[in-house]
Amino acid sequence: MSPPIDFKLRRRTLLAGTAAAAAFASVPRGEAAAQTQSKPAGPETTTVTLNVNGEARKLTVDNRTTLLDALREHLKLTGTKKGCDHGQCGACTCTVNGERINSCLSLAVMHDGDEVQTIEGIGQPESMDPMQAAFVEHDGFQCGYCTPGQIQSARKVIEEIRAGIPSHVTGDLTAEIAITDAEIRERMSGNICRCGAYANILAAITQVAEESA
Amino acid sequence: MKFTQPVDSNLFDDAKVVGKPMQRIDGPLKVTGTAPYAYERNDAAPDALYGYPLGAAIGHGRITRMDAEAARSAPGVRAVVTTLEIDPLEKGINNVARLFGGAEVQHYHQAIAVVVADTFEQARAASALIEVDYEEGTPADLDLDAAFERMQGTGEPDTLVGDVEAAFRDAPHVIDQMYHTPAESHTMMEPHASTVDWSDGEDMTVWTSNQMINVNLKSIAATFGIDRERIRVESPYVGGGFGSKLWLRADAVLAALGSRAAGVPVKLALPRPMVMNNTTHRSATVQRIRLAARADGHLTGIWHEAAAYCLPGGRGENPTAQTPIFYAGDTRRVKNHVVDMPLPETADMRAPGEASGLMALEIAMDEMAEALDMDPVQFRIINDTQVDPANPDIPFSDRHFVECLERGAEAFGWSKRNTTPGEQRDGDWLIGHGVAGAYRGALVLPSGARAILDGGKLIIETDMTDIGTGSYTILAQTAAETMGMDVADVEMRLANSAFPASSGSGGQFGAPSSASGVYAACMALRDKIAGNLGIEDASFNGGRVTGGDTDMALSEINEEVSTEDAIQWGDFQKDYAMGTFGAHFVEVGVHAYTGETRVRRMLAVCDAGRIINPITARSQVIGGMVMGVGAALSEDMALDRGRGFFANHDMANYEVAVHADIPEQEVIFLDTLDGVATPLKAKGVGELGLCGVAAAIANGLYNATGIRVRDYPLTMDKFIDRLPAI
Ligand code: FES
Ligand code: FES
Repeated sequence: MSPPIDFKLRRRTLLAGTAAAAAFASVPRGEAAAQTQSKPAGPETTTVTLNVNGEARKLTVDNRTTLLDALREHLKLTGTKKGCDHGQCGACTCTVNGERINSCLSLAVMHDGDEVQTIEGIGQPESMDPMQAAFVEHDGFQCGYCTPGQIQSARKVIEEIRAGIPSHVTGDLTAEIAITDAEIRERMSGNICRCGAYANILAAITQVAEESA
Repeated sequence: MKFTQPVDSNLFDDAKVVGKPMQRIDGPLKVTGTAPYAYERNDAAPDALYGYPLGAAIGHGRITRMDAEAARSAPGVRAVVTTLEIDPLEKGINNVARLFGGAEVQHYHQAIAVVVADTFEQARAASALIEVDYEEGTPADLDLDAAFERMQGTGEPDTLVGDVEAAFRDAPHVIDQMYHTPAESHTMMEPHASTVDWSDGEDMTVWTSNQMINVNLKSIAATFGIDRERIRVESPYVGGGFGSKLWLRADAVLAALGSRAAGVPVKLALPRPMVMNNTTHRSATVQRIRLAARADGHLTGIWHEAAAYCLPGGRGENPTAQTPIFYAGDTRRVKNHVVDMPLPETADMRAPGEASGLMALEIAMDEMAEALDMDPVQFRIINDTQVDPANPDIPFSDRHFVECLERGAEAFGWSKRNTTPGEQRDGDWLIGHGVAGAYRGALVLPSGARAILDGGKLIIETDMTDIGTGSYTILAQTAAETMGMDVADVEMRLANSAFPASSGSGGQFGAPSSASGVYAACMALRDKIAGNLGIEDASFNGGRVTGGDTDMALSEINEEVSTEDAIQWGDFQKDYAMGTFGAHFVEVGVHAYTGETRVRRMLAVCDAGRIINPITARSQVIGGMVMGVGAALSEDMALDRGRGFFANHDMANYEVAVHADIPEQEVIFLDTLDGVATPLKAKGVGELGLCGVAAAIANGLYNATGIRVRDYPLTMDKFIDRLPAI
């Protein structure tokens, strides 16, 4: 038998250093007790106004609240999904001031006054946006959990190409960028679909790009 | 309804809805984000508080002390339950490791505490305040290669046919190689999540993400020692499962404990970094395959011996699953060893057995074809069998493997490929083509449903789940077809334990079983309607029931008519081998300088009986092919052998295929019917799409480079030093 190990689980929490993390009453055994007693430098909550899907929403949130959780848990807009909470999967993709971001990687308090669009703001079952309709038509999903994020990215990918923003696969940086399979695949690669609907998603995006050309 | 003999002709033979492409009826909900998943049940449990788990930080051993005082007094915390506070809970069906309770740690990230707080941030922060002291267990030998070496040749073979040693002695062509497949993680996009209301410790409602409702219900009842009648389980939308959500998992158990302790409904999702080690995965395998063949290509000996690991009492992975039955061969020896190891639990992942087995066997087939100087398509055709090779009295119910290979070869342009490895270039890329056979068993399970006719609408209730597989849609099609109604008049209610028990989703048995169950319920409904109207030989068409002097619209029936039935499977099926078959063809490019491997084109040909909905079935198959690309090129759970856990436990470090990895994909369904398998003459196809894909890629890599890589994933480090000179 190896000797017992004394795990000091909280060290990481201390180092993380968000304001509220330092407010914990308890300390790891025999470790830097003084540090944990220190109070946060400022308030632990913040009031922000997010303009979500065109509507001003005033919220008082724990400073640690991600934009994703502000949407899902505070505003009950659960269309934006949490697949990893670490910026690894793309399920939480929504747009802020017109650009797509991983909302799990961003704190709500960073977005006071920002325009946020979620999947609910794009279309409803009775009034789907062309991209949503194309996803249904081409079966661009199976379980549907990555789907709102895919649709958010898909809509922006077309805009980004048209705006001349280059990607890893763009050959000639001075020429107009064509909407090719390779460009779409590359730019969609931050949105994982474990159900593997990629080929159908590509078909949906291509159709929308052509129809809006 | 008991399925007692093969069907000859029935109403599905001139179907109007079944077998026709139909968009998913749940599609608009999913693309608008309005389908509620387990953590999002604001419709049902709007006041649920937040649960957050704590996982064990050692591979195995004991907890000697836990101090949760700091967590309990942290802001917003309503309750903390630690594993030391309760006795080990009973295990649910097919759980190997305990889900909670007691001091023993069986694997890394086993759940050892749950915190309930007013907010997610508070619960997460408080969980990190729990102090835990451990006593680590004796370091375990986690070397699967060494275990295989030790166990090779021991134990009774699982299959032994003929004098296999003699076959290998006498054959003019023999190959004998070792193959490795890595541990794989399901990595479904929605982490395991549950919302549970057990506030008063009496009735319990579980909104969860689970593939098999009835099994889940029974497992929860056993775990907490409460009557099944007191529990309701709902799982209408599941964000992917792939086997990971077949059995009860810690999310539901912790949410239930948290709910009871805090006296409020609680929702809990496993944090992504905890999913890999807390839940289940596919075991790595070590496989030795020997093949013996005559010069004409006939296999005279097949020898497949393998090892996989699991916790004591588990099933591990059986990569030899297909070997007794897939190919003809005069003699055969098959043995799988399951080695006990204190690692996170191994259990079913999409096509358990065949997925990792064909990764090896189909390379071996390619190697033998080469040794014979024979086309690998032709070599497989020569070794087709229409009977169970070990029991020649047992025929396959319906097997068109040869046609899969031939159709595929033609559609893919196989004959035009370069046959000398390393000889085809496209710029900096070495181009290769590979083929592999696909096999997956065609299991069916009893499955029930309720059919209700109410004011011209048909309501179908069953606890069947739709995990992305298309159940909502194909069951509505089956019901509409059987009742002669329009699909728009069918309302599907799924995945609720208040409804009749179904097969659930798994093992590609879900679609054929549950569709048969819905057919049974609808046939019972037809009988009841006809009986009520006093019609003999009623027919149901165009929303009307006719027979004798009666011809009336179903919408004119004022009384609600309700029936419940289940499909049961007769023993006659045991007189047949039932399977699904396929062939995968791929084109790969291997970068001549770096060894980077890209799949350029993929084709699958599938023989799975009647395809109920070509749209959803095709999506299942391409999804399997995508998973096969990941299995071939990148997926690999990295085991820390010293500490006994998988180190790359998140979605950045466990690399599944992304958009840029997936090329043009084509799927061909053979127009086949299997009247032995189900009344619909349909079989499952959701796992077939994965089986064999990785080997086709490995064979393509060989064709491109002349390098045989037998150790997945096929990463450049394994062969860059052997790339052809530039
Ligand atoms: S949840 Fe934000 S990237 Fe995965
Ligand atoms: S649809 Fe299931 S992960 Fe994309």
